Amino acid sequence: MSEHPSDLRYTKEHEWVRIERDGTATIGITHFAQDQLGDVVYLVLPKVGAIISKDSKMGEVESVKSISDLFAPLSGEVLEINKDAIDHPERVNEAPHDTGWMIKLKVSDEAELPQLLSAEDYKTTLAS
Amino acid sequence: MSSDDALQRTALFSNHLAANGRMVPFAGWEMPVQYEGVLTESKSVRTNVGMFDVSHMGRLYIEGAGSGEFLEHVLTFSVTNLNSGKARYGFVLNQEGGVIDDIVVYQQSPEDGLTERYLMICNAANRNTIVDWLKDHMADYPGVAMTDFTVESVMIAVQGPAAASVADKLCVGEDNPSTLKPFGSMAQTVKLGADGTLVEVFIGRTGYTGEDGFELVADAANGSDLWDALVANGVTPCGLGARDVLRLEAGLRLHGSDMDTSKTPLEAGLERFVSMKKDGFIGRDALVKQSTEGFTQNLVGFKLLDAGIPRHEHTILKDGSQIGIVTSGSYSPSLDTGIGMGYVSSEYSGLANHIQIDLRGRPVEGEIVELPFYHRPK
Repeated sequence: MSEHPSDLRYTKEHEWVRIERDGTATIGITHFAQDQLGDVVYLVLPKVGAIISKDSKMGEVESVKSISDLFAPLSGEVLEINKDAIDHPERVNEAPHDTGWMIKLKVSDEAELPQLLSAEDYKTTLAS
Repeated sequence: MSSDDALQRTALFSNHLAANGRMVPFAGWEMPVQYEGVLTESKSVRTNVGMFDVSHMGRLYIEGAGSGEFLEHVLTFSVTNLNSGKARYGFVLNQEGGVIDDIVVYQQSPEDGLTERYLMICNAANRNTIVDWLKDHMADYPGVAMTDFTVESVMIAVQGPAAASVADKLCVGEDNPSTLKPFGSMAQTVKLGADGTLVEVFIGRTGYTGEDGFELVADAANGSDLWDALVANGVTPCGLGARDVLRLEAGLRLHGSDMDTSKTPLEAGLERFVSMKKDGFIGRDALVKQSTEGFTQNLVGFKLLDAGIPRHEHTILKDGSQIGIVTSGSYSPSLDTGIGMGYVSSEYSGLANHIQIDLRGRPVEGEIVELPFYHRPK
Protein backbone atom coordinates (compact mmCIF):
# COMPACT_ATOMS: atom_id res chain seq x y z
CA MET A 1 0.00 0.00 0.00
CA SER A 2 1.54 3.28 -1.07
CA GLU A 3 2.26 5.85 1.60
CA HIS A 4 0.95 8.58 -0.70
CA PRO A 5 -1.48 6.97 -3.17
CA SER A 6 -1.35 8.37 -6.68
CA ASP A 7 -5.13 8.44 -7.08
CA LEU A 8 -5.41 11.15 -4.40
CA ARG A 9 -4.67 14.86 -4.56
CA TYR A 10 -2.67 16.72 -1.94
CA THR A 11 -1.91 20.10 -0.34
CA LYS A 12 1.30 21.55 1.06
CA GLU A 13 -0.42 21.49 4.46
CA HIS A 14 -0.37 17.69 4.34
CA GLU A 15 -4.00 17.01 3.59
CA TRP A 16 -5.22 14.55 0.94
CA VAL A 17 -8.36 14.88 -1.16
CA ARG A 18 -10.30 12.13 -2.95
CA ILE A 19 -12.89 13.33 -5.45
CA GLU A 20 -15.68 10.74 -5.30
CA ARG A 21 -17.83 9.65 -8.22
CA ASP A 22 -20.65 11.88 -7.02
CA GLY A 23 -18.33 14.90 -7.10
CA THR A 24 -18.00 15.25 -3.34
CA ALA A 25 -14.54 15.47 -1.78
CA THR A 26 -13.31 13.22 1.05
CA ILE A 27 -10.52 14.80 3.05
CA GLY A 28 -7.96 13.62 5.56
CA ILE A 29 -4.32 14.08 6.56
CA THR A 30 -1.43 12.36 4.83
CA HIS A 31 0.74 9.45 5.93
CA PHE A 32 3.58 11.93 6.42
CA ALA A 33 1.44 14.15 8.66
CA GLN A 34 0.24 11.34 10.95
CA ASP A 35 3.77 9.98 11.18
CA GLN A 36 5.12 13.39 12.22
CA LEU A 37 2.34 13.91 14.76
CA GLY A 38 2.64 10.54 16.43
CA ASP A 39 -0.29 8.99 18.28
CA VAL A 40 -3.38 11.07 17.52
CA VAL A 41 -5.58 11.42 20.62
CA TYR A 42 -8.05 14.17 19.75
CA LEU A 43 -9.73 15.63 16.67
CA VAL A 44 -11.52 18.96 16.29
CA LEU A 45 -13.58 18.90 13.09
CA PRO A 46 -16.02 21.44 11.61
CA LYS A 47 -19.72 20.90 12.19
CA VAL A 48 -21.88 19.25 9.54
CA GLY A 49 -23.40 22.04 7.47
CA ALA A 50 -20.49 24.43 8.05
CA ILE A 51 -19.37 26.46 5.06
CA ILE A 52 -15.60 26.50 4.83
CA SER A 53 -13.29 28.37 2.49
CA LYS A 54 -10.09 27.12 0.94
CA ASP A 55 -6.94 27.59 3.05
CA SER A 56 -8.85 28.62 6.15
CA LYS A 57 -8.31 26.75 9.42
CA MET A 58 -11.09 24.20 9.74
CA GLY A 59 -10.02 22.09 12.70
CA GLU A 60 -7.22 20.59 14.76
CA VAL A 61 -5.43 17.26 15.05
CA GLU A 62 -3.85 16.69 18.44
CA SER A 63 -1.33 14.01 19.30
CA VAL A 64 0.16 13.10 22.64
CA LYS A 65 3.07 15.42 22.00
CA SER A 66 1.77 18.18 19.72
CA ILE A 67 -1.14 19.80 17.93
CA SER A 68 -1.56 20.69 14.28
CA ASP A 69 -4.11 22.88 12.53
CA LEU A 70 -6.25 21.42 9.78
CA PHE A 71 -6.66 23.64 6.73
CA ALA A 72 -9.47 23.41 4.19
CA PRO A 73 -8.00 22.23 0.88
CA LEU A 74 -11.16 23.32 -0.95
CA SER A 75 -14.17 25.54 -0.36
CA GLY A 76 -17.59 24.07 0.24
CA GLU A 77 -20.18 22.74 2.66
CA VAL A 78 -19.34 20.02 5.19
CA LEU A 79 -21.66 17.07 4.42
CA GLU A 80 -20.35 14.51 6.87
CA ILE A 81 -17.64 14.08 9.51
CA ASN A 82 -16.06 10.79 10.57
CA LYS A 83 -17.59 10.05 13.97
CA ASP A 84 -15.65 6.80 14.25
CA ALA A 85 -12.37 8.73 13.96
CA ILE A 86 -13.57 11.21 16.59
CA ASP A 87 -14.28 8.33 18.99
CA HIS A 88 -11.16 6.43 17.93
CA PRO A 89 -8.54 9.00 16.87
CA GLU A 90 -6.02 6.19 16.36
CA ARG A 91 -7.78 5.54 13.01
CA VAL A 92 -5.83 8.52 11.67
CA ASN A 93 -2.54 6.74 12.39
CA GLU A 94 -3.75 3.26 11.43
CA ALA A 95 -5.27 4.15 8.05
CA PRO A 96 -4.99 7.86 7.23
CA HIS A 97 -6.51 7.45 3.73
CA ASP A 98 -9.13 4.92 4.70
CA THR A 99 -10.87 4.65 8.08
CA GLY A 100 -8.93 7.77 9.17
CA TRP A 101 -10.82 10.08 6.77
CA MET A 102 -12.04 13.26 8.41
CA ILE A 103 -14.66 15.19 6.43
CA LYS A 104 -16.76 14.89 3.31
CA LEU A 105 -17.27 18.15 1.48
CA LYS A 106 -19.67 19.42 -1.17
CA VAL A 107 -17.27 21.27 -3.47
CA SER A 108 -18.47 24.80 -4.21
CA ASP A 109 -15.78 25.94 -6.66
CA GLU A 110 -14.45 23.41 -9.15
CA ALA A 111 -11.84 25.95 -10.31
CA GLU A 112 -9.96 25.16 -7.08
CA LEU A 113 -9.43 21.50 -8.05
CA PRO A 114 -6.45 21.98 -10.43
CA GLN A 115 -4.62 23.80 -7.61
CA LEU A 116 -4.30 20.55 -5.66
CA LEU A 117 -0.99 18.70 -5.95
CA SER A 118 -0.44 15.32 -7.55
CA ALA A 119 1.16 12.60 -5.42
CA GLU A 120 4.47 13.19 -7.22
CA ASP A 121 4.41 16.94 -6.60
CA TYR A 122 3.44 16.38 -2.93
CA LYS A 123 6.32 13.93 -2.46
CA THR A 124 8.63 16.53 -3.99
CA THR A 125 7.56 19.08 -1.36
CA LEU A 126 8.41 16.53 1.35
CA ALA A 127 11.89 16.04 -0.02
CA SER A 128 12.70 19.74 0.05
CA MET B 1 21.43 29.93 22.04
CA SER B 2 23.54 26.96 20.95
CA SER B 3 22.95 25.30 17.60
CA ASP B 4 21.93 21.68 17.24
CA ASP B 5 25.63 20.86 16.75
CA ALA B 6 26.18 21.61 20.44
CA LEU B 7 23.75 18.93 21.66
CA GLN B 8 25.36 16.14 23.64
CA ARG B 9 24.76 12.48 22.83
CA THR B 10 24.67 9.61 25.28
CA ALA B 11 26.68 6.44 24.62
CA LEU B 12 23.41 4.85 23.44
CA PHE B 13 22.84 7.22 20.51
CA SER B 14 23.52 4.61 17.82
CA ASN B 15 21.20 2.16 19.61
CA HIS B 16 18.39 4.72 19.34
CA LEU B 17 18.94 5.20 15.64
CA ALA B 18 19.02 1.43 15.11
CA ALA B 19 15.63 1.18 16.90
CA ASN B 20 14.14 3.92 14.69
CA GLY B 21 14.25 6.50 17.46
CA ARG B 22 13.05 10.00 16.62
CA MET B 23 15.73 12.26 18.15
CA VAL B 24 14.90 15.64 19.66
CA PRO B 25 16.76 18.22 21.78
CA PHE B 26 16.18 17.84 25.50
CA ALA B 27 18.11 19.67 28.22
CA GLY B 28 21.07 20.07 25.88
CA TRP B 29 21.06 16.43 24.78
CA GLU B 30 19.84 14.69 21.64
CA MET B 31 17.35 12.16 22.99
CA PRO B 32 14.70 9.82 21.57
CA VAL B 33 11.16 11.14 22.03
CA GLN B 34 9.68 7.94 20.63
CA TYR B 35 10.46 4.80 18.63
CA GLU B 36 7.30 2.89 17.68
CA GLY B 37 4.92 5.40 19.23
CA VAL B 38 4.18 7.00 22.59
CA LEU B 39 1.01 5.03 23.34
CA THR B 40 2.37 1.64 22.35
CA GLU B 41 5.54 2.27 24.36
CA SER B 42 3.50 3.37 27.40
CA LYS B 43 1.47 0.19 27.12
CA SER B 44 4.65 -1.91 27.02
CA VAL B 45 5.74 -0.45 30.34
CA ARG B 46 2.33 -0.91 31.98
CA THR B 47 1.85 -4.49 30.78
CA ASN B 48 5.32 -5.93 30.19
CA VAL B 49 8.70 -4.15 30.33
CA GLY B 50 10.20 -1.12 28.62
CA MET B 51 13.40 0.84 29.01
CA PHE B 52 14.51 4.45 28.86
CA ASP B 53 17.94 5.90 28.18
CA VAL B 54 18.33 8.26 31.13
CA SER B 55 22.09 8.67 30.74
CA HIS B 56 21.63 12.42 30.40
CA MET B 57 20.59 12.66 34.06
CA GLY B 58 23.34 13.83 36.43
CA ARG B 59 25.27 11.19 38.37
CA LEU B 60 27.51 12.51 41.12
CA TYR B 61 29.58 10.83 43.81
CA ILE B 62 29.84 12.78 47.02
CA GLU B 63 32.51 11.17 49.20
CA GLY B 64 34.98 11.67 51.98
CA ALA B 65 34.81 12.49 55.64
CA GLY B 66 31.86 14.76 56.38
CA SER B 67 29.86 13.83 53.25
CA GLY B 68 26.85 12.76 55.28
CA GLU B 69 26.88 15.91 57.39
CA PHE B 70 27.26 18.04 54.24
CA LEU B 71 24.31 16.35 52.55
CA GLU B 72 22.18 16.70 55.66
CA HIS B 73 22.76 20.44 55.35
CA VAL B 74 21.76 20.78 51.67
CA LEU B 75 18.98 18.19 51.44
CA THR B 76 15.46 18.15 52.87
CA PHE B 77 15.80 14.52 53.97
CA SER B 78 18.26 12.47 56.01
CA VAL B 79 20.98 10.32 54.45
CA THR B 80 23.12 9.43 57.45
CA ASN B 81 20.50 7.00 58.72
CA LEU B 82 20.15 5.17 55.42
CA ASN B 83 21.02 1.49 55.44
CA SER B 84 23.72 0.33 53.08
CA GLY B 85 22.58 0.64 49.45
CA LYS B 86 19.30 2.36 50.32
CA ALA B 87 18.08 5.51 48.58
CA ARG B 88 15.77 8.39 49.38
CA TYR B 89 14.03 11.00 47.24
CA GLY B 90 13.78 14.66 48.17
CA PHE B 91 14.94 18.14 47.36
CA VAL B 92 17.77 20.61 47.21
CA LEU B 93 16.24 23.94 48.24
CA ASN B 94 17.42 27.52 48.11
CA GLN B 95 17.19 29.82 51.13
CA GLU B 96 13.64 30.81 50.15
CA GLY B 97 12.52 27.18 50.24
CA GLY B 98 12.28 27.06 46.45
CA VAL B 99 13.15 23.77 44.73
CA ILE B 100 16.48 23.85 42.90
CA ASP B 101 16.04 20.20 41.96
CA ASP B 102 14.41 16.98 43.06
CA ILE B 103 16.98 14.25 43.51
CA VAL B 104 17.61 10.70 44.65
CA VAL B 105 20.57 9.84 46.88
CA TYR B 106 21.89 6.31 47.46
CA GLN B 107 24.02 5.38 50.43
CA GLN B 108 27.05 3.49 49.10
CA SER B 109 29.45 1.21 50.93
CA PRO B 110 32.83 2.75 51.69
CA GLU B 111 35.58 1.90 49.18
CA ASP B 112 39.33 2.47 49.08
CA GLY B 113 39.45 3.50 52.70
CA LEU B 114 37.14 6.46 52.23
CA THR B 115 34.79 6.72 55.14
CA GLU B 116 31.63 7.74 53.37
CA ARG B 117 30.20 7.79 49.86
CA TYR B 118 26.85 8.75 48.41
CA LEU B 119 25.53 8.61 44.85
CA MET B 120 23.27 11.50 43.84
CA ILE B 121 21.08 11.41 40.74
CA CYS B 122 19.68 14.71 39.53
CA ASN B 123 17.71 16.02 36.54
CA ALA B 124 19.67 16.55 33.33
CA ALA B 125 18.42 20.13 33.06
CA ASN B 126 19.71 21.00 36.51
CA ARG B 127 23.01 19.14 36.52
CA ASN B 128 25.20 22.24 36.12
CA THR B 129 23.17 24.18 38.68
CA ILE B 130 23.39 21.35 41.20
CA VAL B 131 27.13 20.87 40.68
CA ASP B 132 27.74 24.59 41.22
CA TRP B 133 25.44 24.72 44.25
CA LEU B 134 27.11 21.73 45.89
CA LYS B 135 30.60 23.08 45.14
CA ASP B 136 29.73 26.39 46.77
CA HIS B 137 28.42 24.76 49.92
CA MET B 138 31.16 22.10 50.08
CA ALA B 139 33.62 24.86 50.90
CA ASP B 140 32.58 24.48 54.54
CA TYR B 141 33.30 20.72 54.47
CA PRO B 142 36.97 20.38 53.43
CA GLY B 143 37.02 16.57 53.61
CA VAL B 144 34.27 16.19 51.01
CA ALA B 145 34.96 15.61 47.31
CA MET B 146 32.46 15.50 44.44
CA THR B 147 32.87 13.63 41.15
CA ASP B 148 30.49 14.17 38.26
CA PHE B 149 30.70 10.92 36.28
CA THR B 150 27.68 11.54 34.06
CA VAL B 151 29.47 11.44 30.72
CA GLU B 152 31.63 8.47 31.70
CA SER B 153 28.55 6.33 32.39
CA VAL B 154 25.16 5.29 31.09
CA MET B 155 21.93 4.83 32.98
CA ILE B 156 19.05 2.73 31.70
CA ALA B 157 15.67 2.63 33.46
CA VAL B 158 14.01 -0.78 32.99
CA GLN B 159 10.37 -0.52 34.03
CA GLY B 160 7.30 -2.71 34.12
CA PRO B 161 5.82 -5.82 35.74
CA ALA B 162 8.33 -8.04 33.91
CA ALA B 163 11.36 -5.88 34.82
CA ALA B 164 12.31 -8.04 37.80
CA SER B 165 12.42 -11.26 35.82
CA VAL B 166 14.56 -9.63 33.10
CA ALA B 167 16.93 -8.23 35.73
CA ASP B 168 17.21 -11.64 37.42
CA LYS B 169 17.91 -13.29 34.09
CA LEU B 170 20.68 -10.89 33.07
CA CYS B 171 22.39 -10.50 36.46
CA VAL B 172 24.68 -13.32 37.62
CA GLY B 173 25.62 -12.00 41.07
CA GLU B 174 24.88 -13.98 44.20
CA ASP B 175 21.61 -12.26 45.11
CA ASN B 176 18.92 -11.62 42.53
CA PRO B 177 17.85 -8.02 41.90
CA SER B 178 14.27 -9.14 42.58
CA THR B 179 15.27 -9.53 46.24
CA LEU B 180 15.83 -5.78 46.49
CA LYS B 181 13.25 -3.78 48.37
CA PRO B 182 12.03 -0.57 46.70
CA PHE B 183 14.81 2.05 46.76
CA GLY B 184 17.35 -0.67 47.58
CA SER B 185 20.41 -1.19 45.39
CA MET B 186 23.31 -3.54 44.78
CA ALA B 187 26.43 -3.90 42.71
CA GLN B 188 25.83 -6.58 40.10
CA THR B 189 27.36 -8.34 37.14
CA VAL B 190 25.47 -8.66 33.89
CA LYS B 191 26.29 -11.47 31.48
CA LEU B 192 25.97 -10.17 27.93
CA GLY B 193 25.01 -12.29 24.97
CA ALA B 194 26.36 -15.60 23.75
CA ASP B 195 30.04 -15.02 24.46
CA GLY B 196 29.22 -14.29 28.06
CA THR B 197 31.09 -11.00 28.47
CA LEU B 198 30.65 -9.80 32.04
CA VAL B 199 29.81 -6.15 32.73
CA GLU B 200 29.72 -4.47 36.12
CA VAL B 201 26.56 -2.55 36.86
CA PHE B 202 24.99 -0.69 39.74
CA ILE B 203 21.30 -1.52 40.00
CA GLY B 204 18.73 0.36 42.06
CA ARG B 205 15.07 -0.54 42.47
CA THR B 206 13.47 2.73 41.57
CA GLY B 207 11.92 4.54 38.65
CA TYR B 208 9.68 7.28 37.34
CA THR B 209 6.75 5.38 35.86
CA GLY B 210 4.63 4.06 38.73
CA GLU B 211 5.63 0.49 37.84
CA ASP B 212 8.16 -1.83 39.45
CA GLY B 213 11.54 -1.30 37.89
CA PHE B 214 15.26 -0.78 38.12
CA GLU B 215 17.81 1.81 37.09
CA LEU B 216 21.07 0.32 35.86
CA VAL B 217 24.27 2.36 35.84
CA ALA B 218 27.28 1.13 33.87
CA ASP B 219 30.46 2.47 32.25
CA ALA B 220 29.72 4.29 29.03
CA ALA B 221 31.96 1.84 27.14
CA ASN B 222 29.57 -1.02 28.01
CA GLY B 223 26.36 0.93 27.50
CA SER B 224 25.58 -0.07 23.95
CA ASP B 225 26.08 -3.80 24.61
CA LEU B 226 24.00 -3.59 27.78
CA TRP B 227 21.12 -1.95 25.85
CA ASP B 228 21.32 -4.64 23.16
CA ALA B 229 21.26 -7.39 25.78
CA LEU B 230 18.08 -5.88 27.23
CA VAL B 231 16.49 -5.70 23.78
CA ALA B 232 17.44 -9.36 23.23
CA ASN B 233 15.54 -10.14 26.44
CA GLY B 234 12.33 -8.60 25.18
CA VAL B 235 12.57 -5.10 26.65
CA THR B 236 10.88 -2.42 24.53
CA PRO B 237 12.82 0.81 23.87
CA CYS B 238 10.73 3.73 25.15
CA GLY B 239 11.26 7.43 24.64
CA LEU B 240 10.71 10.70 26.46
CA GLY B 241 7.14 10.98 25.20
CA ALA B 242 6.12 7.75 26.92
CA ARG B 243 8.16 8.69 29.98
CA ASP B 244 6.14 11.87 30.39
CA VAL B 245 2.78 10.10 30.01
CA LEU B 246 3.73 7.40 32.51
CA ARG B 247 5.15 9.72 35.18
CA LEU B 248 2.14 12.02 34.92
CA GLU B 249 -0.26 9.10 35.35
CA ALA B 250 1.79 8.11 38.41
CA GLY B 251 1.41 11.62 39.85
CA LEU B 252 5.15 12.22 39.75
CA ARG B 253 6.20 15.84 39.50
CA LEU B 254 8.54 17.16 36.83
CA HIS B 255 10.96 19.86 37.88
CA GLY B 256 10.79 22.73 35.47
CA SER B 257 7.06 22.18 34.98
CA ASP B 258 5.33 21.23 38.28
CA MET B 259 7.90 22.85 40.53
CA ASP B 260 10.88 25.15 40.27
CA THR B 261 12.74 27.66 42.40
CA SER B 262 9.54 29.70 42.78
CA LYS B 263 7.70 26.83 44.49
CA THR B 264 8.27 25.05 47.78
CA PRO B 265 7.80 21.30 48.21
CA LEU B 266 4.86 22.10 50.49
CA GLU B 267 2.98 23.93 47.74
CA ALA B 268 3.79 21.06 45.41
CA GLY B 269 2.15 18.61 47.81
CA LEU B 270 5.43 16.85 48.55
CA GLU B 271 5.78 17.55 52.27
CA ARG B 272 6.35 13.83 52.95
CA PHE B 273 9.82 14.17 51.37
CA VAL B 274 10.79 16.96 53.76
CA SER B 275 11.98 16.11 57.26
CA MET B 276 10.88 19.21 59.12
CA LYS B 277 12.28 17.67 62.32
CA LYS B 278 15.78 17.89 60.84
CA ASP B 279 17.47 21.10 61.95
CA GLY B 280 19.65 23.29 59.82
CA PHE B 281 18.93 22.29 56.22
CA ILE B 282 18.95 25.10 53.69
CA GLY B 283 15.43 26.38 53.16
CA ARG B 284 14.01 25.03 56.41
CA ASP B 285 13.29 28.45 57.89
CA ALA B 286 11.33 29.47 54.82
CA LEU B 287 9.25 26.28 55.01
CA VAL B 288 8.54 26.80 58.71
CA LYS B 289 7.32 30.29 57.90
CA GLN B 290 5.13 29.02 55.07
CA SER B 291 3.68 26.27 57.27
CA THR B 292 2.79 28.82 59.93
CA GLU B 293 1.34 31.43 57.61
CA GLY B 294 -0.36 28.95 55.29
CA PHE B 295 0.02 28.94 51.53
CA THR B 296 -2.10 30.57 48.90
CA GLN B 297 -1.82 27.96 46.15
CA ASN B 298 -1.25 24.26 45.86
CA LEU B 299 -0.63 21.67 43.21
CA VAL B 300 -3.60 19.49 42.38
CA GLY B 301 -4.34 16.73 39.92
CA PHE B 302 -7.38 16.91 37.69
CA LYS B 303 -9.01 14.95 34.91
CA LEU B 304 -11.15 16.27 32.11
CA LEU B 305 -14.80 15.25 31.98
CA ASP B 306 -15.13 16.14 28.29
CA ALA B 307 -12.88 15.62 25.31
CA GLY B 308 -9.61 17.55 25.05
CA ILE B 309 -6.03 17.54 26.27
CA PRO B 310 -4.81 19.97 28.93
CA ARG B 311 -1.35 21.41 28.37
CA HIS B 312 1.29 23.38 30.25
CA GLU B 313 0.17 27.00 30.79
CA HIS B 314 -3.49 26.51 30.00
CA THR B 315 -5.52 28.50 32.53
CA ILE B 316 -7.73 26.87 35.14
CA LEU B 317 -11.09 28.54 35.70
CA LYS B 318 -13.95 28.46 38.17
CA ASP B 319 -17.21 30.09 37.07
CA GLY B 320 -15.34 31.94 34.35
CA SER B 321 -12.59 33.41 36.56
CA GLN B 322 -9.01 32.20 36.57
CA ILE B 323 -8.08 30.29 39.73
CA GLY B 324 -4.92 28.62 38.54
CA ILE B 325 -2.68 27.35 35.77
CA VAL B 326 -1.85 23.95 34.29
CA THR B 327 1.75 22.84 34.81
CA SER B 328 1.62 19.41 33.16
CA GLY B 329 -0.99 17.80 30.94
CA SER B 330 -1.45 14.90 28.56
CA TYR B 331 -3.77 12.26 27.27
CA SER B 332 -3.86 9.37 29.76
CA PRO B 333 -4.18 5.97 28.08
CA SER B 334 -4.94 4.36 31.46
CA LEU B 335 -7.88 6.70 32.19
CA ASP B 336 -8.76 7.34 28.52
CA THR B 337 -9.14 11.06 29.15
CA GLY B 338 -7.03 14.19 29.47
CA ILE B 339 -5.25 14.56 32.80
CA GLY B 340 -3.05 17.21 34.29
CA MET B 341 -1.52 18.89 37.29
CA GLY B 342 -1.62 22.54 38.10
CA TYR B 343 -1.53 25.15 40.82
CA VAL B 344 -4.85 26.51 42.02
CA SER B 345 -5.77 28.97 44.72
CA SER B 346 -5.90 26.95 47.90
CA GLU B 347 -9.55 27.60 48.62
CA TYR B 348 -10.48 25.76 45.39
CA SER B 349 -8.08 22.87 45.76
CA GLY B 350 -10.45 20.34 47.38
CA LEU B 351 -11.08 16.93 45.85
CA ALA B 352 -14.05 16.60 43.52
CA ASN B 353 -14.15 20.35 42.97
CA HIS B 354 -15.35 21.08 39.47
CA ILE B 355 -13.16 23.36 37.41
CA GLN B 356 -12.83 24.35 33.78
CA ILE B 357 -9.64 24.25 31.75
CA ASP B 358 -9.31 26.80 28.97
CA LEU B 359 -8.12 24.75 26.01
CA ARG B 360 -7.08 27.41 23.51
CA GLY B 361 -10.26 29.43 24.03
CA ARG B 362 -12.59 26.49 24.68
CA PRO B 363 -13.49 25.88 28.34
CA VAL B 364 -13.72 22.17 29.14
CA GLU B 365 -15.15 20.70 32.34
CA GLY B 366 -12.73 19.00 34.71
CA GLU B 367 -12.65 17.59 38.21
CA ILE B 368 -9.92 17.71 40.86
CA VAL B 369 -8.87 14.17 41.71
CA GLU B 370 -6.45 12.49 44.07
CA LEU B 371 -2.93 11.73 42.91
CA PRO B 372 -1.73 9.40 41.55
CA PHE B 373 -4.13 8.97 38.64
CA TYR B 374 -2.92 5.42 38.07
CA HIS B 375 -2.43 2.68 40.64
CA ARG B 376 -0.29 -0.31 39.83
CA PRO B 377 -2.40 -3.49 40.10
CA LYS B 378 -1.47 -5.50 43.20
